[in-house]
Amino acid sequence: MTFSAILTGAAGGVVTARNPVHAALFLVLAFFTASGLWLMLDAEFLAIALVLVYVGAVMVLFLFVVMMLNIDTERLRIGFWKHLPLGGGVALLMVIEMWLVVSGRQFSSMVEPTPESVSNTKQLGRLLYTDYVLSFELAAVILLVAIVAAIALTLRRRKDSKHIDPAEQVKVKASDRLRIVAMPVEKEL
Amino acid sequence: MTFVPPNLVPAYPEIFLLVALSALLIADLFIDETKRFLTYAYAQLALVGTAGFLLLGAMGQVVVTFNGSFVDDPLARTLKMISVLAVSFVLAYSRDYIQSRGLFKGEFFVLILFALLGVMVMISANHFLVMYLGLELLSLSLCALIALQRDSVIASEAAMKYFVLAALASGMLLYGLSMIYGATGSLQMAEVANTIAQGNADPGILVLGLVFMVAGLSFKMGVVPFHMWVPDVYEGAPTAVALFVTTAPKIGAFAFFMRLLAGAMGPMLPDWQSMLIIVAVLSMLLGNVTAIAQTNLKRMLAYSTISHMGFLLLGILSGTLGGYSAAMFYVVSYVLMSLAAFGMILLMSRDGFEADTLSDFKGLNKRSPWYAFMMLLIMISMAGIPVSAGFFAKLAVLSAALDAGLTWLVVFAVMMSLVGAFYYLRIIKLMYMDEPDDVTPLVGESDHRLLLSINGLTLLGLGILPQPLIDLCTASIAQSLRG
Repeated sequence: MTFSAILTGAAGGVVTARNPVHAALFLVLAFFTASGLWLMLDAEFLAIALVLVYVGAVMVLFLFVVMMLNIDTERLRIGFWKHLPLGGGVALLMVIEMWLVVSGRQFSSMVEPTPESVSNTKQLGRLLYTDYVLSFELAAVILLVAIVAAIALTLRRRKDSKHIDPAEQVKVKASDRLRIVAMPVEKEL
Repeated sequence: MTFVPPNLVPAYPEIFLLVALSALLIADLFIDETKRFLTYAYAQLALVGTAGFLLLGAMGQVVVTFNGSFVDDPLARTLKMISVLAVSFVLAYSRDYIQSRGLFKGEFFVLILFALLGVMVMISANHFLVMYLGLELLSLSLCALIALQRDSVIASEAAMKYFVLAALASGMLLYGLSMIYGATGSLQMAEVANTIAQGNADPGILVLGLVFMVAGLSFKMGVVPFHMWVPDVYEGAPTAVALFVTTAPKIGAFAFFMRLLAGAMGPMLPDWQSMLIIVAVLSMLLGNVTAIAQTNLKRMLAYSTISHMGFLLLGILSGTLGGYSAAMFYVVSYVLMSLAAFGMILLMSRDGFEADTLSDFKGLNKRSPWYAFMMLLIMISMAGIPVSAGFFAKLAVLSAALDAGLTWLVVFAVMMSLVGAFYYLRIIKLMYMDEPDDVTPLVGESDHRLLLSINGLTLLGLGILPQPLIDLCTASIAQSLRG
């Protein structure tokens, strides 16, 4: 209950915080409390993954980006009240839909409590490397493609770069730079 | 729960391809800029090796391995073989083109081979998750390929459109799959089909999932109303990439339809049949009518693809073994036709010049009678005029739909193919009856010209003797779906 309250509060903070850095920190708090909720639901793997991946990597990256980009916060606020009815309406609609789905007949399955001795991290790991090994390997291949694609699309040598190769500089010969022209001696006036 | 170590033998072609292309990725670093030809030769060798592994394991039986994630059956073997062959043609056709446009880099080959791997994974998938991963592998590689020409604005625009729409379609597909998982409790195609057949699944959730699934699949196939990306990608992407987009991914999409709809959702035939009828009618109508107004040949071919995919769906939606094999025959002949058509565009393109408007084909007969004849063969095949592969493909899907009792749909399809004949015949008229703007004969690499001639003559050959390929398709489908 405490966790849920903090989570909701932090999520609100993300939207309302005036400073983008504060908003990002609120999001970190929200992730922490969500992972606490998951821990209490015996989903320790998800909880750890959330902290490691989102808090540890994604949000830190976000913070860097936010700090570097120097966003004009005042400009972002323009039109907040104008769009509020639409956004609020959509949010309300989603709450109603979720309530309908959760309370619906088709999705209200009884979840059996997990026995104390079962560790879901171990179970997940076992499944991942046995039954789902093909999918796991394919996911790795997709990551490889992503790396290749990202490098192929962004790596370019700048034409206006002032970089000079010292080896080339040393190897230069006099004849590359200097042209000796045979000229007749000019007559004195 | 015991774990059975996977039987790797059926997956040898994929494993070989992955190893070969990883080696290519590293080897390419050490290849000098002037010796890039080696990369090309290596890529072709990798394809030959993959084809060899496919032939080695060719047995008329169905093997399921990786704990039911991977299936190896005659259908998969045949489709993979055709994909490998098509990619090999794509590389040969595009070599000259990409060389003159600064795209002759290792990444081009690596990405195309990755996309081929994605197609092969999709073809052999027996599990929703594997199918989805294969699809993403394909989409991601394609997206990077389309954007490879970074300085071209239309290429970037096309890649952006493709990326956003592909992400949306993947989302829809995943949502549909998750609904079906919720209803049946399994991700494995055969188990899903069993659960549905026994009536143990909630039909409401199933239909909801099916709608999203068909929408996602339709996007991948590029049929109306999910076709928006097709013309832009065809026009914007480098022609060599557009050529690739029309070949292997279409085979993958066909496999997708077969595995998901005919395989996993087989018992729900009446539901998806009606959805596909709508999609097929719209595709044939919009594809053919819009193609008439195009002056850009690549755009015209894009709309013609949309209508071809509509015809292909006719075979699938009839829901019989005959229909499936007709659709398979259709997809194979379509791949051959579009290979040849884009091969022609690539042959006519030169340094800094894209032969992609209709007027570029004016008076081709006076310039190079032989290639004009090839283009004639391609066009009559696309239009579905007798003595061509396209005729028998159309005949097969139409008679399958007729057998399924969809007479009105067949009449409509025939009318639409008459409309379509106009813009194919217009090119023939331009080639033979108009005066050329410039009279220099076509020049091209000798292997390109040879392969194009073989490709064109295959279309003619299949128009005279279609039986071997029809038999192959029928046998693959029959052994795989009832095996």
